[in-house]
Amino acid sequence: MKIRITLLSVVVALLALPASAADKVKIGFVTTLTTGAAVIGKDMQDAVNLAVEDIGGKMGGLDVEMIFGDDGFKPETGKQVTDKLVKSDDVDFVAGYIWSHVLLASQKSVLGAGKFLISANAGPSQLAGKLCNKNFFSTSWQNDQTPMAMGEVLNQRGIKKLYIMSPNYAAGKNMVAGVERTFKGEIVGKDMTKWGKDAQLDFSAELAKAGASGADAIFVFYPGKAGGAFIKQYEQAGLTDKLPLYTVFTIDSIALPKLQKAKMKAVLGSLNTQFWGPDLDTPQNHRFVSGFKKKYGRYPSFYAAQSYDSIFLIKSAVEAVGGNLADMDGMRAAMEKADFPSVRGAFRYGKNHFPIQNFYLRKVVEDSDGNWTTSVVDTVFEDHQDTYAGECKI
Amino acid sequence: MDSTLLVIQILNGLQLGVLLFLLAAGLTLVFGIMDFINLAHGSFYMVGAFFCATLTLWFDSFLLGLLLALPLTLAVGVVVELLVVRHLYQEDHLQQILATFGLILVADTLVHIIWGPEGLTFALPEVLNGQVTVLPGIRFPIYRILIISVGLLIAAGLYWVVARTRIGMLIRAGASNRRMVGALGVDIRYLFTLVFGAGAVMAGLAGLMIAPITEASIGMGNEILIVAFVVIVIGGIGSIKGAFLGALLVGLIDTLGRSFLDGMLKLVLSNQAAETSAPAISAMLIYILMAAILYFRPQGLFPPKGR
Repeated sequence: MKIRITLLSVVVALLALPASAADKVKIGFVTTLTTGAAVIGKDMQDAVNLAVEDIGGKMGGLDVEMIFGDDGFKPETGKQVTDKLVKSDDVDFVAGYIWSHVLLASQKSVLGAGKFLISANAGPSQLAGKLCNKNFFSTSWQNDQTPMAMGEVLNQRGIKKLYIMSPNYAAGKNMVAGVERTFKGEIVGKDMTKWGKDAQLDFSAELAKAGASGADAIFVFYPGKAGGAFIKQYEQAGLTDKLPLYTVFTIDSIALPKLQKAKMKAVLGSLNTQFWGPDLDTPQNHRFVSGFKKKYGRYPSFYAAQSYDSIFLIKSAVEAVGGNLADMDGMRAAMEKADFPSVRGAFRYGKNHFPIQNFYLRKVVEDSDGNWTTSVVDTVFEDHQDTYAGECKI
Repeated sequence: MDSTLLVIQILNGLQLGVLLFLLAAGLTLVFGIMDFINLAHGSFYMVGAFFCATLTLWFDSFLLGLLLALPLTLAVGVVVELLVVRHLYQEDHLQQILATFGLILVADTLVHIIWGPEGLTFALPEVLNGQVTVLPGIRFPIYRILIISVGLLIAAGLYWVVARTRIGMLIRAGASNRRMVGALGVDIRYLFTLVFGAGAVMAGLAGLMIAPITEASIGMGNEILIVAFVVIVIGGIGSIKGAFLGALLVGLIDTLGRSFLDGMLKLVLSNQAAETSAPAISAMLIYILMAAILYFRPQGLFPPKGR
């Protein structure tokens, strides 16, 4: 009898082994941690670390293990590091991705292996439409949506002739397509500049063209360090009064401290659209922004906000299945409900798993401490869904 | 209106050209005289920009930042030559490429550790931040005029040194026949350190002049170095005159291509096709030029004499 019990307990112990192997949730997070774009990656990494801290390092009773990967701002490196996370680290979720071209190159490695892919920034039209996948979720937006909101703002403000500048890559093309879709006036000029690791940062020729084009306003998409460079040259070229500046994803809390240090006053009062703002009035956003400012001593960017959300989305999935990470269907169903505290407030998912959400008009202002930041001034779109959802056949 | 834009774009092209010249001059001398391929030349461009940005923010004076950053960059150049580069002259080109690629990684990582990933930016003094009327009805940023003037002055100075002084004579001799110069009793190692340091300073000057327009950021030198290589191939390796004319040519072609190609393509193609192909083609123009020159005149437009 004694022997039997011992035997039985051995069998039980053996059976329990696979379960004990999954005593933690492994999350791979791919972003840019080297090159000049590392400043964005660092903001995302900081937000993820804050989120993991805020949930006490646990999801549904399991420990959370974060593994960060660096895409080096290059699609091929992004794919390699994604492969490593999926195959050798065997993570349960892969999240992150700043760049649309990196995400497009990497998505197959994750989705082909039947794992969850959470974009914390990039929202290429392909993944919203034809390439949509049941295991892909976004905590950001589809690329076209934010510029579509800006096109609407331009109409409201009576802009008739517009000049467009954007980098020449997947997201840049989406941004231009977005603003062209809603803007009703005439587009008098357009420049798509070189992007990537050797991106063009001197816009002298393009700004001279824009100044001579007779446009009433200029629409610009230059994420990361290119944004700061653009604004400086815009001011140096004397276009501040001549050609009002409307931007998406260009003037954020990454560019603003540097612009403030450089006293680039041209940027104060300029308008941009976004699904979120540091002053957006939701409980989770208060928690996030004040926690972030306290821990890191600066404003979080929208990249950080989306990254913070991605951890809470994953948490909602893991908790819904009680930590049983083999239950993919259960976790997917939980995420589709978008039942987690989001910094943007309540929202729902479309069938392509992109958020259906509000878009706001934001203005660059000086806060009470004298720091430059953005403030929400108006709601442009309510419950806006991207235009590619119809092409998605899930 | 169109001729106004043309003048402005030619000025923009000149500004890019002189910047490329400052970078290419050091590159072509080091390659021509020492037969040394320095992929890390762009790191001096970055280091100059970071030194200048830090010092400018420190003293709140661009002039002080500029004046102090130059000797600092020279010091970095000389130290790198003495510690690393000197030991590579005897190696073949592949070893040099590998070693200097390693230097790039070291430099980028050091900058990341010291200054963080976000890069540095600083404001131009009020006097330089505006525009000036260059011709009736044509206004152009003062600072870019300043870059053009400094670049042209350096080019003239360099021409004078190379063509009229004893050091310059040794440099030219070194470019034509290195071993003979050594055999005639010239301390070739001293000459090498001098040329390498001078190249580093010019690259640093280019970097710190562009910093107030873009910013000081990690890897900024690697981006422009490729174009600088194109310049020296077009101009003829080892030739200062070639580097100067090649740089102006590349600067003008690149800028004018970016400005007018889409308009020209729209005459023959649909709007949609022109908009998509213009940026791609204008980014290729300088490489097409390089390929054509390599085919018809492989030694470059103005190769040094005696080769």
